[in-house]
Amino acid sequence: MSDVVEKTLTALPSLLSLDSQPGSAKLSSASKLGHLIRGITDLSSKHEEEKLIQGELASIKDQISSPSTSMRQMKELMVRAIYCEMLGYEASFTYIHAIKLAQQGGALEKRVGYLAVSLFLNESHELLLLLVNTVLKDLQSTNLIEVCMALTVVGQIFPKDMIPAILPLVEEKLNHPKEIIRRKAVLALYKFYLIAPNQVQHIHNKFRKALCDKDPGVMTASLHIYLNMIQENPEGYKDLTVSFVTILKQVVGGKLPMDFNYHNVPAPWLQIQLLRILSLLGKNDSSSSEIMYEVLDESLRRAEMNHNITYAILFECVKCIYTVHPKSDLLEKAAKCIGNFVLSPKINLKYLGLKALTYVVQQDPKLALQHQMTIIECLDHPDLIIKRETLELLFRITNSQNVTVIVEKMLEFLRASKDDHTTTDLVGKVTELAEKYAPDNEWFIETMNTVFSLGGDMMQPDLPNSFLKLLSEGFDSAEEDRKLRLFAVDSYVSLLQQEPDKLPQRFLQVISWVLGEYSHLKEELEPTTVPMLLAKVLAMKNATSETKTWALTAMTKLCDGGAGAAVAQQVSEAYSSCLDTVLRQRGHELQLLSQDPELRARVLPRGAGPEALEVDSSLSFLDEYVSEALAAGAAPYKPPHQRQEELARTKALSLEPYGLSLPISMSSCSIADRHSPTLLSISSGLSGNSADLSNKGGSTTLKLDGVKRVWGKEGYLVQREAVEEGAQVEVPSPLLSLGQQEEEDQDGSGPSASQTATPTPTATPEPEQEKQQLASSLFVGLSSHSDVSLMGKSEQNLHRFRRKAKGSASLSAGRETTSDPAVSAPSAVDDLLCDSPVETPSCTQGGLAVANGRCSDSELTNGDAAGGELRPPGEDGLDGEDGPAPAGDLDLASRLPDDLAGLPHSDVTPLGSDGSLDLSACHVQGEDSLSLLVFVHNSSSSDLQQVLLELHSDELEVLCACENTLTEVQSGRTAMCRYLLSVKKPAAHVEVVAVVSYPTPDPRSLRLSYRLPLSSFIRPLSVSTEDYGKMWLSFSHDTKQNLRLVGGGREALSATLSVLERKLRLRVVEIIGTEGVLACRLLPDLPCLMHCRVHAGTLAVWLRSPVPDLPDCLLYHCQRAFTED
Amino acid sequence: MIKFVLMVNRQGQTRLSRYYQPVELSRRAQLEADVVRCCLSRRREQCSFVEYKDFKLIYRQYAALFIVVAVTENENELSVYELVHNFVEVLDKYFSRVIMFNLDRVHIILDEMIQNGHVVETNRNRVLAPLSALDKLADG
Repeated sequence: MSDVVEKTLTALPSLLSLDSQPGSAKLSSASKLGHLIRGITDLSSKHEEEKLIQGELASIKDQISSPSTSMRQMKELMVRAIYCEMLGYEASFTYIHAIKLAQQGGALEKRVGYLAVSLFLNESHELLLLLVNTVLKDLQSTNLIEVCMALTVVGQIFPKDMIPAILPLVEEKLNHPKEIIRRKAVLALYKFYLIAPNQVQHIHNKFRKALCDKDPGVMTASLHIYLNMIQENPEGYKDLTVSFVTILKQVVGGKLPMDFNYHNVPAPWLQIQLLRILSLLGKNDSSSSEIMYEVLDESLRRAEMNHNITYAILFECVKCIYTVHPKSDLLEKAAKCIGNFVLSPKINLKYLGLKALTYVVQQDPKLALQHQMTIIECLDHPDLIIKRETLELLFRITNSQNVTVIVEKMLEFLRASKDDHTTTDLVGKVTELAEKYAPDNEWFIETMNTVFSLGGDMMQPDLPNSFLKLLSEGFDSAEEDRKLRLFAVDSYVSLLQQEPDKLPQRFLQVISWVLGEYSHLKEELEPTTVPMLLAKVLAMKNATSETKTWALTAMTKLCDGGAGAAVAQQVSEAYSSCLDTVLRQRGHELQLLSQDPELRARVLPRGAGPEALEVDSSLSFLDEYVSEALAAGAAPYKPPHQRQEELARTKALSLEPYGLSLPISMSSCSIADRHSPTLLSISSGLSGNSADLSNKGGSTTLKLDGVKRVWGKEGYLVQREAVEEGAQVEVPSPLLSLGQQEEEDQDGSGPSASQTATPTPTATPEPEQEKQQLASSLFVGLSSHSDVSLMGKSEQNLHRFRRKAKGSASLSAGRETTSDPAVSAPSAVDDLLCDSPVETPSCTQGGLAVANGRCSDSELTNGDAAGGELRPPGEDGLDGEDGPAPAGDLDLASRLPDDLAGLPHSDVTPLGSDGSLDLSACHVQGEDSLSLLVFVHNSSSSDLQQVLLELHSDELEVLCACENTLTEVQSGRTAMCRYLLSVKKPAAHVEVVAVVSYPTPDPRSLRLSYRLPLSSFIRPLSVSTEDYGKMWLSFSHDTKQNLRLVGGGREALSATLSVLERKLRLRVVEIIGTEGVLACRLLPDLPCLMHCRVHAGTLAVWLRSPVPDLPDCLLYHCQRAFTED
Repeated sequence: MIKFVLMVNRQGQTRLSRYYQPVELSRRAQLEADVVRCCLSRRREQCSFVEYKDFKLIYRQYAALFIVVAVTENENELSVYELVHNFVEVLDKYFSRVIMFNLDRVHIILDEMIQNGHVVETNRNRVLAPLSALDKLADG
């Protein structure tokens, strides 16, 4: 059908490109643009083009500034200038005229003026400010076309700072009777939302109105804003799910006017947009998903027509079905639909099918099994993009059983690839797979050899580093480590003996390091062999000085007396007069150390392994110094990004290059260091964005711990494999048995295997058989784990969502409604309001005095009776003696409200006094909340009226159920205010500032602060090991550090972790061998994960969280916990 | 999301370009040459989507004219492929009345359909309404 249209359209290009066509020739010959284009088309060289355009620009320049040029001619000139710029020749002298044209031109001229502005200028161009007045004028015009043009340009480009000037006018247009004006106004607001979201925050309800507009175009426009807002905060728009579903239902049902159809399909792009929104809303949310099942089903059914656009909708629909909470019959239909895609003879559909499959196999690897033969065919497809997409798919289904085949396929592609971006990407992926699933040492080293040779200098720079780290840190068994290293040495020696000058620099560096470090393991090597090989590397013409540095350092490690020393002597002489200072330095070192074996043994001890360096990244030892400096008036420290923001604001010089230099210099200095991996890991930790980097590379996420990983991409691997094996026994599907056979017999000859596994009953010809063998090795181990992962996912999703919902519910409830008994925190506040033993200011007016009276009664009884029970033994001692707290407040802590009784709380700390009022405070750690109690004691002889207590904090959100007006504090009495705190911005310590003011007898105000450690906001987080693994991958902020172990011996890890569990309330998720994982959350629900590994007598700690700064702060408290212990 | 739209002839000369993410003027010519080379080298039976750096190119050929759209990884390629066709149909509808080549008018039509890299209007009548109104004013 579209083919027919396409044929009728073949006439079109002639209109556009002015290729010889009789009709157009006559008309366009008058057009100067036509003349220009014709001229360009006839040219054969770039040089001639440049000459022609420069001439053209000169003539434009001439005419454009002439006063006699009419607006009509100006428009003509502008279009020609647009054309010149489009070809890459700057025409900046016309910019100002473009603005003038928009200002003064008539209808079409004005539009072209605006068009030129939007093409020529970028968002930050200063000339854009000159446009503001014109836009303002046009927005107020009575001519709708002018209003329309102004709104269009505002929707494309507008200076951020000037938004307030036109915002009211644009808002006003939302009520315009004309559809097109309302629609353009919504799109303009969308632009504002994109460039300055804060500016349009207050008009969110107007977006809702646009969504409900009677015109479908206006509604469609509003969806852009909603898609963005929902992406950022899906929880905030769940109530709209029903609306989106209803809209989609109407669109699918053909309720829109006919002219919204495209090839008889109702508003396809609108449908796609709605499906995207629905998948965001239904993700991890079963109740919202429930609402959309019906319409998703209908979308699948309606889109049956055989046209590209219906397939585009189906693709989106399938993605949506696999994103929202799973429903089995829909999944089945979607899977069938994917089948239609991948089996289609049309290549575009096949591509899309593979893309869909790649997306869904993450949820359900079984689907890959269904289409295995198609996937095999696509793997050998002549079109590279199909091949590439297939590899992407295979990458997602790799496991320890099929890794060798899949990696081989990826390497095959790499060998043929010429595109740098593809190479970098694939090299990262192969490395990730190899490190995670390598079946044995030989395979691993050989695969990495290929990776280094092919990836060469295109690979991510952290890749070789982590490989070396992996080699040097080793795994559980020393024997295995030795074998791996030995194999690497063997392999590298033979590589260097062949043609080392073909190897990339990075690979040569890796080889040098490994040989320097481990070639002594191979005893049968002649002592001169390796130094000679290194000398060969040094002598290579194409070796960079960086590579030479690595080689020289390696040689320094090897110059063991005798023949080796002789080679070293020769080399060092050559370099001791080298012009490159770094090389000269290394040459001197080599010379000295080769002559002094004792010194060398001390400087470069053999087999020392990476030394554990304890780095206190939070620099807590400087705390005292810092506070002294602050007290002396020094400016507080600002993190680099903040400094830069401020600098940018004041338009000072940007310091960016300096900021970047830290990690770079660290890694370069480590080149020559024997313990480079450790140093490097520190530098990556310092740089703070190592996680981001590694995510980009898709390679390093989890590689640091070596081949035998306990936690892998899919979570906890050991357990997973155990489950798999169990399932395989239970469900002996033909494919699986094939896989098992394949495993038993690696080079197994086909016949017996294919007999059991032929999916089609027909006899299989030879090539077919080969494919099936390939299939069996590719898809082995898939079917069983599908169930596991599907279950695992939904469980985790459910869990995550619940936790989050709870957190946000309690927060919002705390803000708006305080009487919801279902929510724990506010209900606690309610209790406090009604039966608090201590006076609270917002008690009903009449009862105030009575409450006060009762308060003193209960004060005594409560204090006496419950004093001992309230405080957990040994946790706190009230320091009433040395504080300025009045005697009457000694037992303040024991007067906690009932609902807080029994919870751990801090000492009551006196905050300060002004002679009449004494303030003190303590915090109580509830299970899901942190309450701050502020006690205001009136120590003067007269009652104080209108006492006002206000709390502020930069790092904290302070919630209080009541107005914080302490209307009256009677003489000698204590009033209490209660607040709920949650963390906005993590910091090692957070501070609340309390301001008390009262007007009589003379106006006074008292400003005091209360500091509490971040650890009081930490609560245990219950997750399964599997969920932990998934969360781990999705968090982007991390920090690493080696910490001291508590105790020694076998129990050291559990003893150490129990300290963390006890002191910081982290939850130990699991301990396996020398590794342990812990999880916690920062109130209300910000997770932070911790991975610990005992290594070389220290605890290697790695923290991750979605919240910036949280890992660092938590690490600080971990260190504190150990020093105090 | 759409990064840019290109219209080029068979010789690889740019007829129209519209960027939705800032690209320096000096880099455009090279980028366009690369992109065009990527698409022109492909055969008819090959996939209409090509990988280029970290984004995808979607191209469609109408006789001597190529339309190339660059999109980010998360875009639905087929929907953009059809969007191109819709655009061409709109052009066909408009220019069948006034046979004349006009860079500015094609831009104006494109601006009605794509804004900030998003599809904002696909209804042919509505896409053409503002331009038709301008034409009427100019005539009258």
